[in-house]
Amino acid sequence: MSAVPADLAAGELRDAIVARSLSARAAVDAAFVAADAVRADRDGLNLILSSDRADARRQAGDADDRATEASPPPLLGVPVVVKDNIATTTLTTSCGSRILEGYVSPYDATAVERLRAAGAVVVAKSNMDEFAMGSSTENSAFGPARNPVAPDYVPGGSSGGSAGCVAAGIVRIALGSETGGSVRQPAAFCGVVGVKPTYGRVSRYGLVAFASSLDQIGVFGRNVDDAALALEVIAGADPRDSTAAERLVPSYRQAARGALTGIVVGRPKEYFPEDLDPRIGALCDAAIDHLRELGAEVRDVSLPHSDLAVPTYYILAPAEASSNLARFDGARYGLRIEGDGLRGMYEATRSRGFGREVTRRILLGTYVLSAGYYDAYYRKAQQVRALIRRDFTNVFAQGVHLLFTPTTPTTAFKLGAKSDPYDMYLSDIFTCTANLAGLPAMSLPIGRAGGLPVGGQFLAAHFDERQMFVAAFALERALGAGAHR
Amino acid sequence: MTPTLAGRYEMVVGLEVHVQLNTRTKAFCGCSTNFGAPPNANTCPVCLALPGALPVLNAHATELAVRAALALGCTVHTTSVFARKNYFYPDLPKGYQISQFDKPVATGGRVRIGTRADGSPIEIGVTRLHMEEDAGKSIHDRFAGVTAVDLNRAGVPLIEIVSEPDMRSAEEAGAYLRALRQILDYVRVSDLSMEEGSLRVDANVSARLRGEMALGTKTEIKNLNSFSFVERALDAEFARQCAVLERGGVVEQQTMLWDAGAGVVRPARTKEGSHDYRYFPEPDLPPLVLDREVIDAIERALPELPDARRARYRKLYSDLTDYDVGVLTAGVGLGDYFEHVARAHGDAKTAANWILGEVLAVLKTTGQTIDHFTVRPADLAALLDLVRDGTISRTAAKQVFGTMVKTGDPPASIAEREGLFKVTDDASLSTWIDEVCAEHPNEAERFRAGERRLQGVIVGYVMKKSGGRADPARLNQLLAGRTGGGT
Amino acid sequence: MSVSIDDVRHIAALARLGIDDDRARAFAEELNSILVHMERLGRVDTRGVDDPAVDGVAGLPLRADEGPPAPLARAIGEFAPRTRDGFFLVPRLSTHEDPEASS
Repeated sequence: MSAVPADLAAGELRDAIVARSLSARAAVDAAFVAADAVRADRDGLNLILSSDRADARRQAGDADDRATEASPPPLLGVPVVVKDNIATTTLTTSCGSRILEGYVSPYDATAVERLRAAGAVVVAKSNMDEFAMGSSTENSAFGPARNPVAPDYVPGGSSGGSAGCVAAGIVRIALGSETGGSVRQPAAFCGVVGVKPTYGRVSRYGLVAFASSLDQIGVFGRNVDDAALALEVIAGADPRDSTAAERLVPSYRQAARGALTGIVVGRPKEYFPEDLDPRIGALCDAAIDHLRELGAEVRDVSLPHSDLAVPTYYILAPAEASSNLARFDGARYGLRIEGDGLRGMYEATRSRGFGREVTRRILLGTYVLSAGYYDAYYRKAQQVRALIRRDFTNVFAQGVHLLFTPTTPTTAFKLGAKSDPYDMYLSDIFTCTANLAGLPAMSLPIGRAGGLPVGGQFLAAHFDERQMFVAAFALERALGAGAHR
Repeated sequence: MTPTLAGRYEMVVGLEVHVQLNTRTKAFCGCSTNFGAPPNANTCPVCLALPGALPVLNAHATELAVRAALALGCTVHTTSVFARKNYFYPDLPKGYQISQFDKPVATGGRVRIGTRADGSPIEIGVTRLHMEEDAGKSIHDRFAGVTAVDLNRAGVPLIEIVSEPDMRSAEEAGAYLRALRQILDYVRVSDLSMEEGSLRVDANVSARLRGEMALGTKTEIKNLNSFSFVERALDAEFARQCAVLERGGVVEQQTMLWDAGAGVVRPARTKEGSHDYRYFPEPDLPPLVLDREVIDAIERALPELPDARRARYRKLYSDLTDYDVGVLTAGVGLGDYFEHVARAHGDAKTAANWILGEVLAVLKTTGQTIDHFTVRPADLAALLDLVRDGTISRTAAKQVFGTMVKTGDPPASIAEREGLFKVTDDASLSTWIDEVCAEHPNEAERFRAGERRLQGVIVGYVMKKSGGRADPARLNQLLAGRTGGGT
Repeated sequence: MSVSIDDVRHIAALARLGIDDDRARAFAEELNSILVHMERLGRVDTRGVDDPAVDGVAGLPLRADEGPPAPLARAIGEFAPRTRDGFFLVPRLSTHEDPEASS
């Protein structure tokens, strides 16, 4: 069998493995070779927190055995990377935190079960901001990750490791998680495709909770087809998640055959402010021109409550997080540090186990839920969230099918550049509205500014991922190699 | 407490009762709820609160909660919301309890605890009934210096029933608890055992001058393991509060623990301030939406409740005394059993006597429950029929019943096997009479000569000789023909 | 609304975070700098906005009252910091009659 061509999309790789013109073992070997080549480990880009080459080869061997099955599964032999806050029974699930350092989950997340059932080979767990709290992967307890396109720059966060593994050519597909933009923003920074599904589209069972009403597992792909394939595999109902929707999963890959004629794309003015980096603005406008050429009608629209999204998000997410992280107390798993009695153990474990950003958000979240402040902060934020959601409902009700915006206000920034917490939070300004409204959204590369990748974002109505993929496939085709220039 | 103090002050009591629902699995996961499993044997990622686990609500728990709420006369809401109650404790693995806060599943019920002189009911209001999950068990004295935690109980479904502060004495509190327990027993939602912890009571009590409208500061009493402890603790705490108020002091809001050994109420030794539970709606569980039709169907399927059953028995089985009715309706199983027997046999009073006598005695000595009693009601009715028809004597019936308890066999076959059918044919009876007369010639002679009062003695000898099988009525007839000058 | 160092101590205690005074001071400043951005929410007219429904999920799905529970690939003893005879062990509460304890 031949060596693995570098540009093979995930679906094509799987087909080749099924046809036995490539072996899964070779694909896995290629992944590890690529990881070594870019120095994805702790001493280099620090994209990967744990991996086990022998176990990966064993999984690949099993996949090769399955190639001759009557109906070989859709990801057979395809190497994938999983963000370290998604439970896997092999490798560790540390969530980028000391408090779970070395923790091996006794069960697989539903999304991981589905990847495995589809024949995928989990080759590594990727680095991330601790408990998904961050926008740069600088908040990891195990050191920051670096952007493969430009190693002095952040890969974005919190799913920086997964985005980087795809950008560096280690794998074609990776899982990440979204709460405020943690898949789309690193996808934009690294120049890859990143998809956040509708809230409830993908089971959260096994995703270590940060903010339960916002969290979703998302997918990275080297191209749109990779992401579509991955999402098809992991999406769908799950009786173990009460918030997962029953709705059937259409074929997202089929959207490649869709057309944009008759599709109305909205350009929300709030996402194109006066002070937007003009290079990003220009690339977005160029992409919009492509959409018009492809037959879409482009309309100016308004989402008037957009400027309230960041403060709303930064009340609701930390509030839920403060409750979700209470289980990390040293009693049943993870780090335990003895102190003075039970209370001392709780405090010593949590103060040593949590990093600064996590501590800050737990404090903020506890504060906004506490007696006397609940109505003014938490309850108010829930109401404003409903207004933000209503903005989108109104726009979609007026015959708009999709929205197109820049994914981020800036390109990747240098490590250490953003020291003010709220300044860092503003990286989410264009992404967190989709999380608050529960809408599907995806980022794809639309060009470069100063040599750094720029992402453009589509948003669609609830459970209308297919529409989003139609536009993304079409735009990707139209941009061609220009997406990375 | 002195009568004057009691006269000046009024006790105000509210009770919070936690009831474990008798589902097979836990509220939010498929772990078994069976009692007595080895520590942490009944656990899974969800109730262990492993990272990434999520709750999924048990349908049967919901049905039982609705049933209990309807039985208490509550309004069941079509939409209710789960909420997180956040605090740290070793037996609370998530660091929060899933409960309900401002949108509980039911509100506004009542429990009747008695009747006034004018016939109007005395009722205690039920403010709300909501669903929540139980915590695990923290055992502080099993190993030195550490607390042992068993999460088998973590996640077992509970309902919490909160009363209005309508009770005015320890007696009323006891009456409320007994009536509440009886209603819940009838609708079969729980084992209701305070010893096993499937029924728990926390009491809130305050004191105020009689005639005052405002409520005094209340204290909460925990660690109450029986209804009588509840009553005693209330009296003790009320006395303490009255003494404080009499001195001109202020009652501190605090939690008290009942010390059964010493018979006193003590403040709980805790450095915790008042708790800030930071309730917010549970984001992992969408609102619980119940169809009005489903709620109505559960209401229609409610069994007859205690008050209604008592009223019906008094009317329908007018031979029964109030005492009879009281005992027969104490538990739903006994009343069901009684009615089955009464209907099959046709005589309620006889059925009641047997059940209140023989059946209850046997249940006590064998430790069986009426729901799993070896004697099926149809068989007991058949036994009573045999007695009424004269086929076996009362004494024989008691023996047959004893065998029925051991074997569960129907009475006729036992009577046949043990040869207990009454003997009524003249030939056998005459043979026995002759044998008795031969064995007791003196009395036989005097009876033949006309001493009629010896007839009973002779009947007794024949009954003994026949092992109780001789039919006394026919015996007497035969003997009557042998006295007074005849042969 | 301004967060004081005492406030930080209080919420850190609620959250069992064990923060010393220096860190408490720093966090108070940071929280204030963040919360100042939230104040504009107070000025938003939210009258008539109902509790937000959760899109895409029509009410709470219920499961049948049966097992089996999700299995563990690894026994408790393999991941728990301290166990004995099947129990999890934690340091004894210094005031073990805490009323939160279920009896």
